[in-house]
Amino acid sequence: MIKSLTYIFGCLLLGEIIQTFGHLSIPGSIIGMLLLTAALHFKILLLDDVKRFATILNKNMAFLFVPPGVALIQYISTIQSQLLAIVGSCVLSTIIVLIVVAFTMQKLDKTNG
Amino acid sequence: MDELYAVLNTKIFSITFTCLVYLLSQKLYARSRNFFLFHPVLLSIAVLIAYLKISGVSYETYKEGGDYISFFLGPAVVALGVPLYLQIEEIRAQKGPILISLIIGCIIGILSGVFFAFLFGGTKEVIFSIAPKSVTTPIAMGISGSIGGIPSLTAIIVVLVGIFGGIVGVPILKALKITNPKAMGLGMGACAHGVGTAAVSEEGQVHAAYGGLALGLCGVITAILTPLFMNVVWPLMEMWK
Repeated sequence: MIKSLTYIFGCLLLGEIIQTFGHLSIPGSIIGMLLLTAALHFKILLLDDVKRFATILNKNMAFLFVPPGVALIQYISTIQSQLLAIVGSCVLSTIIVLIVVAFTMQKLDKTNG
Repeated sequence: MDELYAVLNTKIFSITFTCLVYLLSQKLYARSRNFFLFHPVLLSIAVLIAYLKISGVSYETYKEGGDYISFFLGPAVVALGVPLYLQIEEIRAQKGPILISLIIGCIIGILSGVFFAFLFGGTKEVIFSIAPKSVTTPIAMGISGSIGGIPSLTAIIVVLVGIFGGIVGVPILKALKITNPKAMGLGMGACAHGVGTAAVSEEGQVHAAYGGLALGLCGVITAILTPLFMNVVWPLMEMWK
């Protein structure tokens, strides 16, 4: 367990360092995710080294959204005054993305129908 | 009584209460056979907000404890590297179609969200908070913070987008006769991140694998493209006004 904690926080730390020193706008956590993927792919780390903590995080990610979601309490008036901009754009854009991605993939995928 | 009230203001109480509310929400969601309004994240947020309103405990006080939970969003994004690694061979075999579909999807996702928000009179902070709406919450919050949006507003928007896409997505695809499992998985993961992936996973294993793939890749693509696009799009919008 401690091993997987060390490696996952290690990737996060490296990601944060790369973001800070590279003045990048990509979040350090995403750089860390790519570092972890690369480390596993090139066998620098083994799946067993990181699996325990990673599995706990992957399975319970939804729970971590709750406290940031409670911050809604501070934006109730913003959302009320911008209801159409927020709800309208999200509904339309989500449907468009869904159809475009699925339609493109279905057209390009020649392996099966 | 004062002492009891003081307990409500402790970090430990905030953490314990958040866990308890989520646990009960999960049970209610399962009991209601996954009725969308009882989605555990949505329900927990609603209950906790009602609790803060009624008890008079300030959000800042709650946040002191809540931060201990949301802190783990950072390592949670890093941990997404594991499913991404497990799908590398899959990506390699199909990399052309997958990348083309997802890159087009991410570009359209960012631009259409920002465009409609602008069209419907959104303020700058709302438009910037909506830009990364299609990707998983921790990534979206990171993007939002780095481009000048409000990360917690983004978090709310992302959760709502996910729930909406998760509900309407599969029926829309079926109505349009888009039944290729890879296409369905990618579409759902691209438009509604983890919630969409969970919804499409009920259709089959290929759907699930491609949903997870879209979730991870769209996160990366959107993280790279959003800051670049907003640097160009926002000045154009300001000129338009």
